[in-house]
Amino acid sequence: MQKNWWKILAILLPVYTIVAGFLLDVPRLPILNETIRNLYFHVCMWFGMMILYTVSFVYSIKYLRSSNLRHDIFASQFAMMGSFFGILGYLTGVLWVNVTWITDQHQSLGSVLKEPKLIGAAIGLLIYGAYFVLRGSFTDIDKKARVTAVYNIFAFALLFPCVWIIPRLVGSLHPGAPGSDSGNPALDRKDLDETMRLVFYPAVIGWTLLGTWLTTLNIRLELLKNKDIVS
Amino acid sequence: MKKLLLQMLFFFLSTCAFAQEKVEMADVMRSNGKIYTVVAVCLTILFGLIGYAIHLDRKISKMEKQQNG
Repeated sequence: MQKNWWKILAILLPVYTIVAGFLLDVPRLPILNETIRNLYFHVCMWFGMMILYTVSFVYSIKYLRSSNLRHDIFASQFAMMGSFFGILGYLTGVLWVNVTWITDQHQSLGSVLKEPKLIGAAIGLLIYGAYFVLRGSFTDIDKKARVTAVYNIFAFALLFPCVWIIPRLVGSLHPGAPGSDSGNPALDRKDLDETMRLVFYPAVIGWTLLGTWLTTLNIRLELLKNKDIVS
Repeated sequence: MKKLLLQMLFFFLSTCAFAQEKVEMADVMRSNGKIYTVVAVCLTILFGLIGYAIHLDRKISKMEKQQNG
């Protein structure tokens, strides 16, 4: 039980996020209205994705240093959960776009489809999609682990320009772009409301822990399946 | 001095104008207390998913014990 304290946190923090996220006061802003509460869910998915991908990246490097197949399983499962969080973030973003970017700011669907943040995020996720295609195309286990570990490092390096840098350079409707009035929403202490920070930071930790828990379940299952080849 | 007064007046007026701009929020939902239903629904789903994860966790632990024992 002592080893499982973080799983209790992974249950309590999302529960706290939903209760406090719906019931606490939020700033009254035009266009956003109540959808500002999506910060506790949509943004947390992307934060969680970045953390899970970072863990995956670290395990890929560890695999290349040690050639231990255990690390390869860790890297692939964390990348899997990271992509899952990314897809959830993308889908929730699409819902949010529908009510904030299209109706109130005289934006058409065409201008939203040209949105650099959406294209960048899609490219980033597709690069990781290719990681799983690549994994499926090898028959030799060691070769698969080695090549995909290198690819995973490449994918992680490409994620930053696609999702974070290019949308901020070319301008975008998404908060954080030069056109909008916020420099770095969510992370900037001056940018985020005091009470919202009380929910947002625990929410990021909570959703990420929940993702980590599900990843460890997958990892343990994979380790059981490959028991005779993994030391 | 006059300029300062004018500036202050302008500032006061602009804040008034900002305060009067009504932003639509889910106040009705909150006054009816029905937002609690939404919270309850979301929590039910979350608890269901977490319960499933706990179930899987136990199952895998049992399998690990069988393999090692």
